[in-house]
Parts: sequence; structure tokens; C-alpha cells
Amino acid sequence: MTQAAASAATSPTSAPGTPGAAAGSSSLWGDAWRRLKANRAAMAGGSVLLLCIVAALVLPLLSPYDYYTLDWNHLYQTPALGAGWHWLGTDALGRDLLVRVMWGCRISLLVGIVASLVTVIIGVLWGTTAGYVGGRTDGLMMRFVDVLYSVPFIPFVIVLMVLFGRELLLIFVAIGAVSWLDIARIVRGQTLSLKSREFVEAARVSGVGGFTMILRHLVPNLIGIVIIYSTLTIPTVILFEAFLSFLGLGVQSPMTSLGSMVADGTSQMQSYPHLLIIPALFLAAIIYGFNYLGDGLRDALDPRDR
Amino acid sequence: MDPTAPLLEVANLSVEYRTQRGVVRAVGGMDFTLAEREFLGVVGESGSGKSQLLLALLGLSAPGAAVHGSIRYRGTELVGAGPRALNQLRGNRISMVFQDPMTALNPYLTIGQQLVEVLRLHRQLSRADARSRAAAILEAVHISEAQRRLKQYPHELSGGMRQRAMIAMALVCEPEILLADEPTTALDVTVQAQILTLLRELRERMGTAVILVTHDLGIVAELADRVAVMYAGRCVEDADVRTLFADGQHPYTRALAASLPRLEGPLPERMFTIPGNPPNPARLPPGCSFAPRCAYVHERCLLAPPPLTVIGPGHRKACYLDGLPPIAGAP
Amino acid sequence: MSVGELKVRDLSVHYQVQHGGGHAVLRAAEHVHFDIPPGTTLGVVGESGSGKSSIARALMRLVPAAGGQVLLDGQDLLQLEGAALRTARRKIQMIFQDPVASLDPRMTVEDIIAEPLRSFCPEMDRAQRHAEVLAMMQRVGLAPEHLRCFPHEFSGGQAQRIGIARALVQKPSVVICDEPISALDVSIRAQIANLLRDLQQEFGLTLLFIAHDLATVRYSCDQVLVLYLGRVMELASREQLFANPRHPYTRALLDAAPIPDPVLARSRKAEPLRGEIPSPMNPPSGCVFRTRCPIAEARCAETVPPLIAKRPGHEVACLLD
Repeated sequence: MTQAAASAATSPTSAPGTPGAAAGSSSLWGDAWRRLKANRAAMAGGSVLLLCIVAALVLPLLSPYDYYTLDWNHLYQTPALGAGWHWLGTDALGRDLLVRVMWGCRISLLVGIVASLVTVIIGVLWGTTAGYVGGRTDGLMMRFVDVLYSVPFIPFVIVLMVLFGRELLLIFVAIGAVSWLDIARIVRGQTLSLKSREFVEAARVSGVGGFTMILRHLVPNLIGIVIIYSTLTIPTVILFEAFLSFLGLGVQSPMTSLGSMVADGTSQMQSYPHLLIIPALFLAAIIYGFNYLGDGLRDALDPRDR
Repeated sequence: MDPTAPLLEVANLSVEYRTQRGVVRAVGGMDFTLAEREFLGVVGESGSGKSQLLLALLGLSAPGAAVHGSIRYRGTELVGAGPRALNQLRGNRISMVFQDPMTALNPYLTIGQQLVEVLRLHRQLSRADARSRAAAILEAVHISEAQRRLKQYPHELSGGMRQRAMIAMALVCEPEILLADEPTTALDVTVQAQILTLLRELRERMGTAVILVTHDLGIVAELADRVAVMYAGRCVEDADVRTLFADGQHPYTRALAASLPRLEGPLPERMFTIPGNPPNPARLPPGCSFAPRCAYVHERCLLAPPPLTVIGPGHRKACYLDGLPPIAGAP
Repeated sequence: MSVGELKVRDLSVHYQVQHGGGHAVLRAAEHVHFDIPPGTTLGVVGESGSGKSSIARALMRLVPAAGGQVLLDGQDLLQLEGAALRTARRKIQMIFQDPVASLDPRMTVEDIIAEPLRSFCPEMDRAQRHAEVLAMMQRVGLAPEHLRCFPHEFSGGQAQRIGIARALVQKPSVVICDEPISALDVSIRAQIANLLRDLQQEFGLTLLFIAHDLATVRYSCDQVLVLYLGRVMELASREQLFANPRHPYTRALLDAAPIPDPVLARSRKAEPLRGEIPSPMNPPSGCVFRTRCPIAEARCAETVPPLIAKRPGHEVACLLD
């Protein structure tokens, strides 16, 4: 081997960004994680979320109450800490508010995450295919998206609910069906710009084609954007479900979501404000948590920063 | 400002950035003077700090950069000078031409508007006078149909013409010093030849001193009076142009010249190479930055960076070695 | 068994573009014609708009060709589709201009270099691929610990070595090098140029080396092709081109090249070529170079000069030669 090649291989300190020698991993994910950790707002948002999730999962198991038992002796109790008491009070039917709020969190988070997952999968597949295949197929696929955009969401969802009843699953489907359009457009745009990048050309030269190209090269380079938009889609979906509940079209009683509780609480807010404030606070905390985390993720994953 | 003081004196100039991975020293301890009408070529590769040096001269380093040392323009200290003082100089007494005219020119303003902006900022001129001066400078840089070009936008001009327009903008107020950051790197070879000829002609006509930064030794050979070679943020050799090429005393200077492909002369089997990679300003070795790649490295070289010492009239180098034998295998 | 003989006949590359409110044809390359004997290097030199990148991409079937033939060992690559095209792709590979951009930022070095093996050698298992990748990395001067690193951790020169390793890992016979050293630092260019030369000799590769300056080409190439606005101006062996350049454009390129010698540089008398390259959407009639040519005459606007061999192995497209 030539002297030049040997020194190039082993030159330690003078190589820009000597690979592997840096302390800790230097993968793109590692860098992004480090940047995210440094972002206090994002970490705060993430911690709040984590807290809510853990509370939503654990507290109902620890509490002696469940979310559906009526207790005519303790209607409209105000919050009072202490053993044996309802820590956050009770609602109009005597049900423990703490447990109901935790269940509300569970449902809201479930709807948010699952519906967003469905949204993301459909949106990414649609967008990458349209962007990669291009030409007339792309045109057709995106015109379809345009048409769907023009469908008014609320009446559409209302119609679905009325026709098929208020199943939790149906709520996922309804919300998912209207939310994937944004992600599809964004992913298509990203795919178009990725397509003309040199490493995609290089992959074609290396014999990679079609679906393998999409899965191996395009999707991993899109994940950053997809994660960012997911964390911003989730609060939108949660709010959407809250809105549906407010209209009376959300989950069926006695199961509840934060939106339903806010809806119920609004009608009582003059006399029993805790019925509105507490679920609203939790709803706000979750939304803020996702928003800050999403913002932090965008900064951490932004390719321009590299 | 003292018109009798030397045009530009730079002493111990350093530019450092704090990044997530520690302190990056882009420029370290640069010392040089620029005399009137002098053409100084600054040669370096990526990581040499040559662009950062130019930006620091005009106070254009990125926010967060720590600039230390002294830059005296006609006796006035520029390091630490406030934005108002610097703005009076920029475009007026000291101006700059950048590498990529497409990003350096405002795509939303016509050429005429950009020229007039510079003129009216620094000279008390009516619009009509400013426009005729603008047309005159466009003609001076050999842009034909100057009146028509004044109304055109940057994207309507070809690459070479855009670069000429940028040179026009830089020279319209007849500055004393012109800074040029790789002005021809983005251009075709034949267009580069035109621009270099233009620079030489304008300099002779207007008497402007020039500091031109490039990685191309051929350009400095053609235009410069003096050459400073930069490596890892420091000047490793500076001399008048003939001396540098005939008798370069720093191993990097010699190696750089030797590794260039030539159009004439004998064709060796393999091109002469400098082993290793250009330095990473975030992780410089203690001692001489060129030591990892130097063919003549000594123990002394690894301990402390060699100071810039005078080895002849107008000739300085930063190297511990006393004189260099010819490099084996170099043309 | 591929010999690696590449013959290009009458290759044209056109693009449909939006121009002035309607569609127009951008003639990036017109009637390009050259032969590369196996194991030799052809240097293709041209400035921006010369069509050299379009030709490279047309050879690799990355963009469609508007006409002509690309004969690799006698087989016309432009006529192949599907499985036959995939098989042919094994024989002809490419090295790109921007070394870091040509590597997928999300893949490790090992995955990047192994990719051609996954596509073209499906019979290999993971361990075999690993061995091949390791061997090729050593050959190009990369260390084994670089296997798990990512492209952004490397300098330009090292990234280009990765690109070279990827191009050669499944032993093609022809390699198209699209300005492989232009984006690198000056002190690194010679390293990579030497590496390519060594690898060519070791593997018997046929190389097409695209560059924008003639000095680089002088070291690495056996034959030189000079392009202007998509047309061939001159095609000659290295010795003949540099000793006796016949086309005015070739002479202008030689004159314009900066010389790293102050005495020679300042004693040069030649005037730089005037004007700039015309728009490829609207090329000049007849000889496309005539708008900048110092010796153009009236008849240069009427006829397209044919590429004629003035001496064996030295073809020129100029009416006035």
C-alpha cells in the first residue's frame, strides 16, 4: 500500500471529525439526542408527558375507586387531599374525578397516538410513492389528496358517527382519514427533493430499484421530518377528539376522554369549577408537552444544522 | 484616520468560536502589513482560516466569534470598533468581493438599485448622479450595455457578469483596499481568466490594494506582489511572489507547489502527494499543525508551534528547520 | 468475461424544459462520439454547459438518451431494459463529484460499500460481503474501524475513498468518474488521482475521467476529449493534444489555465477568451464555438464542422484547421 494511503488511513488528530474517535457515538441519532437533551423546554415538555403517561397508567391501579361507580352520597365533592378522600373531588354522579381524569388521559393519549400512527403510515406510504414514481401517477395521487382536502371534516366525521355509532375504533378511523393529507404532502415534497440527491443516483447505479429504494434510502431520510410532524399531529388529533366530545360525538359514557370531561365541566363551571379546571389542565399539559417536544425534535433533527 | 499611517497593519489577530465540541480556533496569531497599492495573495486550503481572516478584517465574523489582536487601518483600530464606525468603512474605504455572486447579490433588487444603494450610502449624490456613476463603473468592468444592465436582476446575468457586477459594487466608491474571497472559484476557467485580467487592470487604474484569498497557487502567481501561505489558521510563510515560488522555505509551501498538476514539464509516473488530511480547526495538535503531514518532522515540532521568523528581506517562515533540501520526486 | 471496451456512437442527450412560457429542448449533448480501449483512461474536459455530466449520466442510464449507441463489449446499453439492464449495470459503475453528498447520510460505511454486492451478488451471505467490503476498504486506504461510521464524520478525501470502494467492490470493468477530485482540497487531489491510477492498473479498469481543467487530465489520461456546449471539439491522445492542440477552444483552455510560476504566468501574452458560453437552449448556428472564437469566419455560421481525423488518433471539429 502506498505511503499516502497508509497515512490517510491512520492519520489520527489531523483528520476533520476523526471517525469513531470522538467520545460517544457520532451517529446522526446520537447527535440529535444530545441536542434534544440540551433543549430545556423540550425536556420539560417531554417530562410532563412522561409523567402524565405514567400517572394515567399507574394511578387508576392504585386508587380504590374506578371510573364508573356512582356514589350518590358524595356528589359534587370538591378536591380534598387525605386518605380515603377523593383527592380531586367527584363529578355530578359521584364518580371519583382523579380516576376519571386518568382514564380520560388514557383515552386521549390512545386516540392521539394510534390515530397519528395510522395517519403517519398512510401519509408516508402515499407521499413517498407519489414522490418517487412521479409523472402521471404522482399527479393523480396528489389530485386525490386535493379532493379530500376539500371535504369538510366535521360534517364528514359527524356523518360517520351517526351512521356507524360511536365506537372508539371508528373515532380512530374518522380522525385518521382526514389527518393523513398533510403528512402525505410534506412527505411527497421531501421525497421529490431527496430523489435528486446524489446518493439516490448512486444507489440506482448500485442496482437498487423501486420499493427497495423507497424503504432503504428514502424512508430513513424522511424519518426525521415524520417524527417532527407526528409529535405535532398528536396534539391536533387529541384536540380534534376533544372537539368531537364537546359536540357530544366522542367516546360513549361511562368511558370518558379529557374532551368529554371538559364538555361536561363547562356546563357546571359556575357552581363546580373543579369539574372543568382539572381536566382542562391535564389536557393543556399534554398538548403543551407534545408541542414543546415537537419543537425540540425539529431543532434537534433539522438537517441544516449538521 | 491618519493618511500617513500604513494602510493596514494586522498584529496577532486571532478568531475563535465556542462550539458544542469546544473552542475552535479559526485564525491564530496572524501578523502582516499591507502597503498601498500592494496585492497580497493569501493561499490556503479548507480549514486554513483564510476566509475567516477576511471576514474579521471587516468585522464580519459570525456573532459569537471572539476576535482578539489588532487591525489598524490607517492608524484606526478596527477590532472592537462599533458598527457605525465599521459601516462607514465597509463598501467605502474597504470593500469585499465574495465567492458566489448568486448568493452575495440580492436577488430581489436590480443591479442598478444595489449599486446606487452603495453610492448614496457613502457619497452625497443625487439619484441621477448615482445612476450615471453606476453606469460608469459597469462599463469599467466591461459589462456591455451598461444602461440596460442597471435595470436587470442578478439572475438575468451570466455567472461571469454577475461576478463583474459584484466587483463593480465593491469598487464603485473607490476603496483603498479590496478584499476578495475566492472570487473566481465558482467560475469556468476561461471566465476566470477574464476576471483575473480585469482585476489586474482595475488595480492598475485605480491603485487599490488587494488582499485575495484563494486555494489556487496559479492565481497568486499571476497577480500577487506578495503571498502569505496559511495553514490551520496561521501564516506559515510569507514572501514576495517570486521568492515564494523559487525558494519556498516551508515544507507545506514546497509540498503544495509540488503537488499541483502542470501543463508543461516532465510527467512523473505518480503525482507528488502530501500525506494525511487538512487540519480540523477544532482539534489541532500541540506543536506545529503541519507536523502530522510533514516529511521533515522533528521532535521539536511536536512540542510548540514555531514562531514566524524573518529569514530574508520580506521573507518570513514558521518552521524550526534551517533551510530545506529539494524534495525528492517533486518537479 | 468483460473486457471493458466502451464505444460511444452519436450520443445525444436532450432535456425538456420550461422556457419562456412554453416547452423547449435543451440540447445538453449532441452527436458525441469516442472509443475507449480496454484498460485505458479517456479524459473528458469541458466547462459548465459542456454536457460532460449529462453524458456521464446518459452512459449510466440515469437520464434518457435522445439517440445514439453506447456499446459496452459490443452490447448497446441504451437498448437494454429490466433484468438485462441490471446485469449490464454490474460492468459499469460511477464515482460522483460531491463525495459526501453521494453517500446516504443514514447508512454506515459498511452498508454503503456493501450495497452493490446486495444488488448484484445475491448469492453472497453477510459474512462474505463483510469480507469483500473489508478487503476493498483496505485497498483504498480506509481503516477497519471506519466500518461503523457515518458519512458526515469523514473529510472530503476520505468520503471519496468510500465512494471509490463502493464503485469497485463488485469488480466492474468500466468506471465513469464525474469530476472525482474537483470538490477536494488541493493537497488531497493528488492522493485520490494516484489512487485511481493504481486501482486502474491493478484491476484493469477502463476509466472515463471527467474534469474541468486540462492539467489534471494530463496526468491521468491516455486520451482527451474536449467538449463545448455539448459538442466534441477535439479528441486526441494525450501526447498529441498537449503538444499540438488544433482546436481554438482547446488552445484557449490551455492559455486560460493558471500557471503556478510567476515568471511564466506574467510573461504570457495570450488574451483571455472573450464572452461567455451561450445558452444551450439557443445554441449558435453552425459551429457552436464561433461566438467566442478568435479566428471565426463567416462560413463557421453556416456549417456544423464535422469531427475529422487530421492525423491518426487526432480528430478535430473545425472548418479552419
